[in-house]
Amino acid sequence: MSAQKQLKVNPIACVGHGACAELLPEMISLDEWGYPLLDPRPVPAALERQARRAVGGCPVLALRLARLTQPQPAA
Amino acid sequence: MSGIAASTLPWYVSRATGVVALLLLTAVMLIGILINRQGRLPGLPRFAVTNLHRNLSLMAVVFIVIHVVTAVLDGYVSIPLISGVIPFTSHYEGFWLGLGAVSFDLMLALIVTSLVRGRMSQRLWKAVHWLAYASWPVAFAHSIGSSSDLQGGLLLGLAVLCAAALAAALVWRLVRMAREVPRAQRVGAVMNTLAHRRPGPDTTGRHLVEADRR
Amino acid sequence: MSARPGPASWAPGSGPRPGGLPRLLPPGPGQPESLGAHFGRLGHLPYRNAPRQLIPELEAAGLTGRGGAGFPVHRKLAAVASAGGRPVVVGNGAESEPASSKDVALLWLAPHLVLDGLQLTAEAVGARQACLYVHEADHGPLGDRLRQALSERWAAQVDRVPVQLASAPARFLAGQETAMVSLLNGGEAIPSYAPPRVFERGVGGAPTLVQNVETLAHIALIARFGPGWFRQLGTAAEPGSMLCTLHHADGSTQVTEAALGTPLSALLAPDLAPGQNLPPSPAFPAGPANPRRPTSRAQAVLIGGYHGAWLPADRAAHLTLDNAALRAGGGFLGAGVIAALPAGRCGLAETARVVRYLALESAGQCGPCLNGLPRIAGGLAELAGPRPGPQVRADVERWAGLVSGRGACAHPDGSVRFVRSALTVFAAELRQHANGRCPATTTKPFLPLPDPATGHHSNGSRR
Repeated sequence: MSAQKQLKVNPIACVGHGACAELLPEMISLDEWGYPLLDPRPVPAALERQARRAVGGCPVLALRLARLTQPQPAA
Repeated sequence: MSGIAASTLPWYVSRATGVVALLLLTAVMLIGILINRQGRLPGLPRFAVTNLHRNLSLMAVVFIVIHVVTAVLDGYVSIPLISGVIPFTSHYEGFWLGLGAVSFDLMLALIVTSLVRGRMSQRLWKAVHWLAYASWPVAFAHSIGSSSDLQGGLLLGLAVLCAAALAAALVWRLVRMAREVPRAQRVGAVMNTLAHRRPGPDTTGRHLVEADRR
Repeated sequence: MSARPGPASWAPGSGPRPGGLPRLLPPGPGQPESLGAHFGRLGHLPYRNAPRQLIPELEAAGLTGRGGAGFPVHRKLAAVASAGGRPVVVGNGAESEPASSKDVALLWLAPHLVLDGLQLTAEAVGARQACLYVHEADHGPLGDRLRQALSERWAAQVDRVPVQLASAPARFLAGQETAMVSLLNGGEAIPSYAPPRVFERGVGGAPTLVQNVETLAHIALIARFGPGWFRQLGTAAEPGSMLCTLHHADGSTQVTEAALGTPLSALLAPDLAPGQNLPPSPAFPAGPANPRRPTSRAQAVLIGGYHGAWLPADRAAHLTLDNAALRAGGGFLGAGVIAALPAGRCGLAETARVVRYLALESAGQCGPCLNGLPRIAGGLAELAGPRPGPQVRADVERWAGLVSGRGACAHPDGSVRFVRSALTVFAAELRQHANGRCPATTTKPFLPLPDPATGHHSNGSRR
């Protein structure tokens, strides 16, 4: 049984290209400035392949599929 | 030495695939230079642009492989297969074919690193990708120098058009980069833009001004 | 005679034990303490002569970071000590929050206490390199003072690990952990995106321990007098004392040390009239607009600095200086900045001024922060003026939601906390502004902000 995955974006690398929202509209939408709003829930197994395509489709590799963790305290 | 009188099929295929490869590579370079940040090709979804860039480069590799193999198979001049990747090992037109091998090697580096991009340092990937700016001119020189095909007529015009398109794209990109607001001044630029847009509240928030984009 | 005491010369109980307060700041008329006076008052530097020894003592003491995040100190040290490689220790004295001056005061008055803490922490994690990061250390009297203190210690062979003094630029984000590491690595003082966290890979790629200078001072005292002594003040959950920067309603600023759990009404004694047995009321601050409330000099209290939260004065009067009480009341302790907004000022105007500064201090790296904070600042400026448009309040709320949690650092999150608390606490003012009226009697600015030209604060006080 594989670990639960969560969508994460590197906000510094992200320039609002928007390919991710086109490839995974079920979990990614764009805010009014073109930056991704990610669904924080774990990626369901049925969407995992599409999620990987979305990760690969980002031209700056800002999108990641990370293992689900608890939110960290901010530094 | 220039011009080959023998009209054997492999030789024609080699020349044809060479021309197509040059066109494909030009298209790949154009997409890479022009489509940056939030740009897109009209009519195509955003994710299609990155896919196009990737797929065209893979197609170019296929065409180049055919281009090299058919040139080797055509027995009229002796070209060892290895000279496709090891530069300057062919007896026939050693120098110009060598350039082709150099360009192809650089291309392979770009493509292999891009295929394993997720597992390597981003800085290294970017550095290797910059080699594209070396690979295309070398490929261009190879195209012009190794056969009389591109040295006159329609094909020369095509080659010149490719070079001109790339040069124009580069200039456009450099001008855009020069106009880009440096990071430290970005938020100030956004605030200035917003200040000039008032009076009247921003009801929809959908006004996307150039300065707001990075 | 060696100036490095071995284990035999240190024992609990030796040397004078500071009884109550102050613990950190030396007694006396605020003169910087020399090395000799420092050791005379507190005893020599009690090195443990082995790594990690100090960590269980810090755990027993329950010391948490005094830089604002309040993270348990022993856990940070343990993480860095276990990370492998040659760690680096950095004392963060950048204090880029404009309303805070406790770190600067501590470094000026008791530099040797901070430097003791730096050495002890370096020993505990096995570091061979230490750094002290101070606002504009390259020029100015504080940098000179610290350089003098460091050379005095090195000459007397007190320090075992060499300490480098690094200069923090005058930017709000300069004290942020990853921004600081970025600067120390030769880049700009702007945040980077974790992973990796700095305790794994920081300065020069080494595991890096970052501690606020006040935390280091507490470590130096716990090492001398023990965890039991440390717990004599404060609460069971939040032990010890802390430095606070108090901005009184009359405009005076004071750095003071207080035990955790001290009632805010005691700290801000003239501003929050003590002994008021009034039920807490969320929305109506005291002031000329509401004459039935007895006047206290403050209408609202800002706790936690510019990433903190506003509280109504009468709620603040019932709260104590600890996170447990403050969080329940909607507040946040942070780095101990407490400002009492006098009656007669417009809380919205003050907030709008500060948020404009916060927006301009964005690093501009992340799309949501870059686009959202300036819009929020503009919206607040409109809400602080007469008759703002009907959609502005809703727009600000929407942008606040879009900005929080979507940057590489906590700058948008903290700014949004500050903004939301203002919209709650000054709700009455919002309604009055919508009708074209404002209960304020003066537009003189109260909260301090750096003047971009001179670096002085806009309320006249010097940083």
